[in-house]
Amino acid sequence: MGTLLTVARREFAGYFATPVAAIFLIIFLALASAFTFFVGYFLERGNADLQSFFMFHPWLYLFMAPALSMRLWAEERRQGTIELFLTLPIPVWAAVLGKFLAAWLFLGLALALTFPMWITVNVLGEPDNGVILASYLGSFLMAGGYVAIGSCLSAATKNQVIAFVVTVTVCFLMTAGGAGFVTDLISEFMSDDALKTVAGLSVLPHFNQIVKGVIDARDVVYFLALMAAWLLATMVVVDSKKAG
Amino acid sequence: MADMIVADQLVKSFGAKRAVDDVSLQVRRGEVLGFLGPNGAGKSTTMKMLTGFLKPTSGRAEIMGFDVAVDPMSARRRLGYLPEGAPLYPDMTPWSLLHFCGRTRGTSGSELRRKVYASIARTNLESVVAQPIETLSKGFKRRVGLAQALLHDPDVLILDEPTDGLDPNQKHEVRELIREIAPEKAIIISTHILEEVDAICSRAVIIADGKVIADGAPGELAQRSEIFNAVAVMLSKDVAERARAALQPLDAVKDIRAMSQADGQAKLIIAPKDGAMILNTVAGALADAGVDVISVRPEASALDDLFRHLTLNGEAA
Repeated sequence: MGTLLTVARREFAGYFATPVAAIFLIIFLALASAFTFFVGYFLERGNADLQSFFMFHPWLYLFMAPALSMRLWAEERRQGTIELFLTLPIPVWAAVLGKFLAAWLFLGLALALTFPMWITVNVLGEPDNGVILASYLGSFLMAGGYVAIGSCLSAATKNQVIAFVVTVTVCFLMTAGGAGFVTDLISEFMSDDALKTVAGLSVLPHFNQIVKGVIDARDVVYFLALMAAWLLATMVVVDSKKAG
Repeated sequence: MADMIVADQLVKSFGAKRAVDDVSLQVRRGEVLGFLGPNGAGKSTTMKMLTGFLKPTSGRAEIMGFDVAVDPMSARRRLGYLPEGAPLYPDMTPWSLLHFCGRTRGTSGSELRRKVYASIARTNLESVVAQPIETLSKGFKRRVGLAQALLHDPDVLILDEPTDGLDPNQKHEVRELIREIAPEKAIIISTHILEEVDAICSRAVIIADGKVIADGAPGELAQRSEIFNAVAVMLSKDVAERARAALQPLDAVKDIRAMSQADGQAKLIIAPKDGAMILNTVAGALADAGVDVISVRPEASALDDLFRHLTLNGEAA
């Protein structure tokens, strides 16, 4: 447990040692607001809720989460520091989980910094703050899923660009599987059951449920399982690379 | 515990190439093992397997009795490792890096602070502790790597080229440091500086093409060289042939090698029969023949010669 926090702490502080943290946070907040106001018509809709804010989060994370996760392992490999890191007495699970937690919490920080949206909507009207809280939770869980995918793919390469591109692609497939334009397309040649399976594996329907204010255990379990599966895969990849 | 580091028939294959081929070693407390070999001979790969960073294709490694594959955490806690090239996190300062390493080893609070200070003092890092590592010179980086390896005062040290990139003064300091801590520890260092082996190692292992081809005390290994106890004569090129003529007939002389030097000088290396001491004989013969020489002294490069002899032969085979 101690080593887990030590790893997470070093990794988290690492974002702030360079301009990465500042640039990431600014761009994240700018994009989140731009989507909300210009694409989601937050003001024009006239509803006191944050639907038009949260509905773009899957697409926002699609690029922002891989940008954070790509360095987790690939950079260690490229710099050779992985040899220092993996010969310290840190169990593989603590190494993988610690790095993941740092990136996830950093994305959580970015998400928390969107609080002016919440203040704005409370000033303008009387929103259901329970739904908003649930949506923040759902958004945070979804971010964790994307970072876990990115962690695994970062461990598989020493090239951060490859890690980024492959992660975006996988996250896109995970997201788009449940998006309307894809389900419409595959419903042409797939049975309803197959369609449900594909859509059920996607993050979108689960996220959309939570954003509606319905916190179903199944949706929470889905995100936790998504993270667990990809983190286990990360451990396998990190360990198998030792075989050279 | 007798053997603190054990390599038991380690083999590492990368595809069809056997980078390490059946290497076995044991290192005891107080021993400093110098790992020698040409670049690409398998030194670093062997060390990576000893630390558990690489999994051997076959064979096993032990640190303080703990199999690095079976109980890696126990092995790593007792190990200080300086990887090849001393990789370090460029954004961190030596201060924060040492604290990080210390925390992963379960120390905290005042004990951690004390260890970090001790480690910084030992490696003379005081002036740069607060600078990002990426801004440091190669010599300082290497010393940060050493500080990290020494931080927890481990029983076993595995140092891959600890003096690479250091200037002569820094090399001297690091050798002094290793000599100072050696009696309490089992140490493996890799190097291709042979004088370093003479200076600090109690044992030398020469490896070529992944195989151990010599293993013994540096003095013992040197005896296997053809120029063990040889005498080096520096003289003007003009008189080299006269000197050779005077020395060749001597009973004690087995072989004479001539080497051209700068400034119109030549160097003769006179190898003795059966490793006999022939300095006086040679000096006397030269004086009797009236050959003017610049210097006559013992030739110290026997280990160097053996290394070249063994490793070049290996390549030809």
